[in-house]
Amino acid sequence: MLSVLREELRAGSAEEYLSRLFDKIKRSRLNAFTTLAEESALERARQFDREPWDGLLAGVPVAIKDCISTKGIETNCSSRILRGYTPPYDAHVVERLKEEGAIIMGKTNMDEFAMGSSGENSAFFPARNPWDPSRVPGGSSSGSAVAVAASLAPWALGSDTGGSVRQPASFCGLVGVKPTYGRVSRYGLVAFASSLDQIGTLTHDAAEAAALMGMISGYDPADSTSVPEPVPDYPALLGREIRGLRVGVVREGFGEGVEPGVREALRRALDVLAGLGAVMGEVSLSMTTYALPAYYVIAPAEASSNLARYDGVRYGLRASDRSVRDMYGRTRQAGFGPEVKRRIMLGTYALSAGYYDAYYKKAQQIRTLIKNEFSSALQSYDVLVTPTAPSVAFPLGEKAADPVQMYYQDYFTIPVNMAGLPAVSVPCGFSGGLPVGMQLIGRWFDEAGLLAIAHAYLETTGWHRFRPQPAVSVAGEAR
Amino acid sequence: MITREDVEHISWLASIKIEDDFKDELVRQFNTILEYFQQLDEVDTEGVEPTYRVLDLENVFREDIPSGSLSQEEALRNAPRKEDGYFKSPRIV
Repeated sequence: MLSVLREELRAGSAEEYLSRLFDKIKRSRLNAFTTLAEESALERARQFDREPWDGLLAGVPVAIKDCISTKGIETNCSSRILRGYTPPYDAHVVERLKEEGAIIMGKTNMDEFAMGSSGENSAFFPARNPWDPSRVPGGSSSGSAVAVAASLAPWALGSDTGGSVRQPASFCGLVGVKPTYGRVSRYGLVAFASSLDQIGTLTHDAAEAAALMGMISGYDPADSTSVPEPVPDYPALLGREIRGLRVGVVREGFGEGVEPGVREALRRALDVLAGLGAVMGEVSLSMTTYALPAYYVIAPAEASSNLARYDGVRYGLRASDRSVRDMYGRTRQAGFGPEVKRRIMLGTYALSAGYYDAYYKKAQQIRTLIKNEFSSALQSYDVLVTPTAPSVAFPLGEKAADPVQMYYQDYFTIPVNMAGLPAVSVPCGFSGGLPVGMQLIGRWFDEAGLLAIAHAYLETTGWHRFRPQPAVSVAGEAR
Repeated sequence: MITREDVEHISWLASIKIEDDFKDELVRQFNTILEYFQQLDEVDTEGVEPTYRVLDLENVFREDIPSGSLSQEEALRNAPRKEDGYFKSPRIV
């Protein structure tokens, strides 16, 4: 698809292609974007048409999640506290895409500061699932998933701390990659939980994911958690033989908490893998159940530190000038949404004197046990499989009342971030007309292996070719 | 059990002003969440090292050689208040 698009752009007009996308976006009611970089992007497209440049993404538009810094383009993390903030620099991954000739078309909507699993925590407006606009697209990379699924952008970058690339990919029928921790530079990614965050990709198929991953991966001295591990040629390795691959089906993935339609789609997907020659086995990851509470100690704790910088001083909202304390208190009161406040306070509590050992330290010890359990399982198996999410996309408003209910969305994705492993969500069918995602979890730095499995599976099943009906207008019903 | 006072203390630590009715909501929500956290106590973590970092990297340094930086103007561009090349804020002392 990438090479086809590149050829089309070179032969035709990048400006025309981009203009059509912008028109579509403006007519769409899916709220995929928070900022459109129309002027700068169209100017770049015109330049490309006059004098095409080289690069793997030459003339190709890309959508960037709004927590990834883009120089000169407003970056507000779907939060009031950063409304109007324009970064003076590009994130490393944005630099890399620009080096390959890409055109940054705009910033996508998200759960505020990446805290959420539905897109409903955006401070501005919730994104809507193109497969059924009365439903959520998942989160926190909601807008990125919507943009790609609704063909408003050819591909997008997202970020994943507890499932925020994989779960929306699952809800929207896309391939979502969360790399190994340290694979992709976090320089320029607005930090949520520094030991868990990674930038990831949202594409229709595995080949595009492989191309994009190849471009954004790699050592970056500006990120002290970036790993100098050589980047394999992901596209070249897509055709890797999967016959004989040892697949570990995670028993907990078929528990009662998983919708029957999701379990059914997974079973059929596993049959396909078996048919392709994979050797199937079963494994239990008993620590999975503790990953969720441990994560909700660790991530908010780290967030409480990372979000301390939003104080009204150097950028973003300032709600008061009466005194320093008042400036901090009122700015953060007015600027942060309820979920963000909840998590900052939870994290502050977990780290505070008297509670640090009971909560934060305990959670990090459990993290070690989770990591060890995966490590052990990944010696017996080359890949582990779970559903990406316990359900398909749910209606807007359904889970908004109870925070803990929402947290369960990330039941299968969170343990992966805790261990720092790579994982890919692959579309594996439908349930009630809504996409289902299968999660493939691999060894540290085995993105190539995961992409090869995803590729073989999709080439066999064709799930990546399905598209939602063109978005119908959403009647203005209140929710 | 988290009390309203605890929420007030945390809000002070986190520098977030919280309205009264949100305080009550938070007390309820925190207690639900903390109850959920009790599960963590079920796990025997005797002698287990905490994982603060998933990677084996340690002491990542670079040579002390100055490289590119933002200009003062660029750094101040998003400031809500500035004066004479400084960020301006309410008096501290």
